[in-house]
Amino acid sequence: MTWLAGNWPQLVDYGLAHVLLSIPPIIVGFLLSLPFGWLANRYRVSRGVLLTLGGILYAIPSLPLFVLLPSLIGTKILDPLNVEVALTIYAFALMLRTTADGLASVGGDVKLSATAVGYGAFRRFVGVELPLAGPVLLAGIRVVSVSTVSLVTIGSVIGVNSLGFFFLDGYQRSFFTEVWVGIGGTLLIALVFDALLVLAGRALMPWTRTRRGALTAAYGRAQSRWAVLR
Amino acid sequence: MIEFRDVTKTFPDGTVAVAGLDLAIPPRQVTVFVGSSGSGKTTILRMINRMVDPTSGRVLIDGVDIGSREPVALRRSIGYVMQNSGLLPHRTVLDNIATVPVLRGEKKRDARARARELMTVVGLDGSLADRYPAQLSGGQQQRVGVARGLAVDPNILLMDEPFGAVDPLVRAELQTELKRLQSELDKTVVFVTHDIDEAFLLGDQVVLFKPGGLVGQVGTPAELLENPADDFVAGFIEAGRPRSILR
Repeated sequence: MTWLAGNWPQLVDYGLAHVLLSIPPIIVGFLLSLPFGWLANRYRVSRGVLLTLGGILYAIPSLPLFVLLPSLIGTKILDPLNVEVALTIYAFALMLRTTADGLASVGGDVKLSATAVGYGAFRRFVGVELPLAGPVLLAGIRVVSVSTVSLVTIGSVIGVNSLGFFFLDGYQRSFFTEVWVGIGGTLLIALVFDALLVLAGRALMPWTRTRRGALTAAYGRAQSRWAVLR
Repeated sequence: MIEFRDVTKTFPDGTVAVAGLDLAIPPRQVTVFVGSSGSGKTTILRMINRMVDPTSGRVLIDGVDIGSREPVALRRSIGYVMQNSGLLPHRTVLDNIATVPVLRGEKKRDARARARELMTVVGLDGSLADRYPAQLSGGQQQRVGVARGLAVDPNILLMDEPFGAVDPLVRAELQTELKRLQSELDKTVVFVTHDIDEAFLLGDQVVLFKPGGLVGQVGTPAELLENPADDFVAGFIEAGRPRSILR
């Protein structure tokens, strides 16, 4: 407790850094997955190639990638951009399959009907396919968000500080309170991100709630009818 | 006036859906395409708004070859109503009806105001405006579909088995409603069905298709009933009749 009180300012600083490091990879990874997810569904060959590529990208171990990136993209070794680029690659790799599956889950009838009333290809993608893939996309972003928040901590090994600093420092000094604080803080950030994503999903996709609402209501009515019959 | 001139459609797998079709669809009347599945009637309907392009031959609207028109713009000028309503599940009733005007660049507010009027025209209660399609009954969804088809006040309304998925009572109600609407609106309606009763009830002109997109007979319901062109036509009408006689 005293440690926590004494180190509060640093904890807040690194916590904030952790949040700021986590956000761009999640957003950029998601945005990148859209055109490639679309492409993956467009042709059978591109699907195989892209999804395999996604799998391979995700399999690259993170620490070597952090160390390797400066020589690949010409950044300095301590530049936070290395971590950002690496995490974006992971976010993209993880999101790609979900985006492809989400877009594939949109019913052919709806797409046909949208075309019939005069949606052009791009407008149909943005205005019909993307929102209808929304629930699947949201599920994917939630996984990406948790994964990114946890991977940010590895950046501490190469000096890009986040709450990961506290695991490292605590581990080196065998001071486990510090380790636990780092883990707890990381978890907290992941939980807050997840809650925000769920709320954003509710706000952006009101139709998913009402449908479930309608279904539950119908179920409730059926139940009460049964009760009467009995 | 919609004209098909020597229109043939062969799909990539070699299936001939339509062969050498010549057909004139008179304006401001209801023309019903009737035939069993595989008779190419839906394919022919979709050639009118270029959802399907003919392999050879021409389709003309008011004398203009539609092959020269940009498909997306053409589709926005023609009403389209399909089975299971084809509504966008993520848009409210009002926004579904306003879809095409908004696509054409109309202001959302104006489009919604017009959508509200259209709800009354097709007999939908205004309280449904903010619901989503999944919250409506099949009959209500179909009415929304019709309202959407009418939203830009098109001259032509294409209806692809619009009442195929609703129960018989609701279907009868929607058929009556369509007749009333047509008497007020005077659109050129092309209506696809496999139900000969529905064809005779709604059609000013009925086109009965044989398998492979061949025309069995074109005429008024009375003409088809009294003088069927051949055994196929007579058989198709007969197969649909017994239930009607019982009524």
